[in-house]
This record gives sequence, structure tokens and C-alpha cells, in this order.
Amino acid sequence: MSEANDRIDALVKANDVVLFMKGSVLFPQCGFSSRAVAILDHLGVPFETVDVLQDQEIRTGIKEYSDWPTIPQLYVKGEFVGGSDIMMEMFESGELQQLVAA
Amino acid sequence: MPMAADDIKALIRAAIPDAQVEIRDLAGDGDHYAARVVSASFAGLNRVKQHQLVYRALGGRMGGELHALQLETAAPDGD
Repeated sequence: MSEANDRIDALVKANDVVLFMKGSVLFPQCGFSSRAVAILDHLGVPFETVDVLQDQEIRTGIKEYSDWPTIPQLYVKGEFVGGSDIMMEMFESGELQQLVAA
Repeated sequence: MPMAADDIKALIRAAIPDAQVEIRDLAGDGDHYAARVVSASFAGLNRVKQHQLVYRALGGRMGGELHALQLETAAPDGD
């Protein structure tokens, strides 16, 4: 396990809802990250974000950790949920609301 | 470098031969696409695993030369 892996592991285990994104909640730097934040805002649950643009090690490492090539990436209760397309599908079907409430 | 929609479709079909692939060029710029991929091989897999199969078919281009591909996947009889 690399150091990046350990750091990502600690982040997803320490936070019930954590979004790896480009930019911050107030200033997302990509349309997909912006959409992901908007969805989480609608859920009304507390969430943590990690700006991968500020941390090259995590930016590269998260893609391997999740076996997922793009940012944003959402983790809920330590499990990888998906990127913004899956978040949108699950939000529209109500699954995401159930997942964070469970 | 942008990719042509037909190239994306061909890559997906090469890895997932039964896939029905619909691709829309969202912005008309050859760089922002939405794809819907339907394949029997997705049956029983969750969305993450379905998308991973498509990303694998694209062989590392996703997140690189292919920046924006909105993806929707399904098995033939719905989700």
C-alpha cells in the first residue's frame, strides 16, 4: 500500500460522506464536480470534500484506489458510490437519499 | 485531442460485442459526449461495475483525451 492509498483510506473511513472533487464547495473547478456538490447540497446531510487539485498524490491515487478514471468520486460510509452520472441517477431514483440516511 | 463518436462506439463494441451504443455529441465540439450502453453482460452488476467495464473498453482514454463522457448503462431489460 502506498502512502496515497493510506491517506485516501483514512479519509473515506473517517467521513460518512466524502466527495473527491476539483475545486471547493464554493468554487468547483469543473462542471461535473459542481453537479456532484449540488446533489449533496440537496440531500441536506453533512459532507466532507477533498480538492484533488490541491493534492497531486491524491488526484492520481484516488483513480487507482477506486479503479475509476474520473473526478468527482463519492464515498458513503467507506464504500465507493460512483461519479456524478451515477450520483444523478441514484438521486433521481431516491436511492442516494436512502443510502446516506441508512 | 477530441475523439470522434464513431471511435468511441467502436472501442466499446470491440470490448463488449453485444453492446448497443448510442452516443450524443452534447456540445457539437467533438469533446463532450453522452453515451447510453446496453449489454447483457451488465446483468447482475451494480452501476459502478457496469461503468468500469465501459471505462476499461476505452482503455485509459477516459479522464485523458476523453474528458467528458456522461455515461448511462443498463442490461437489456432495464436496470
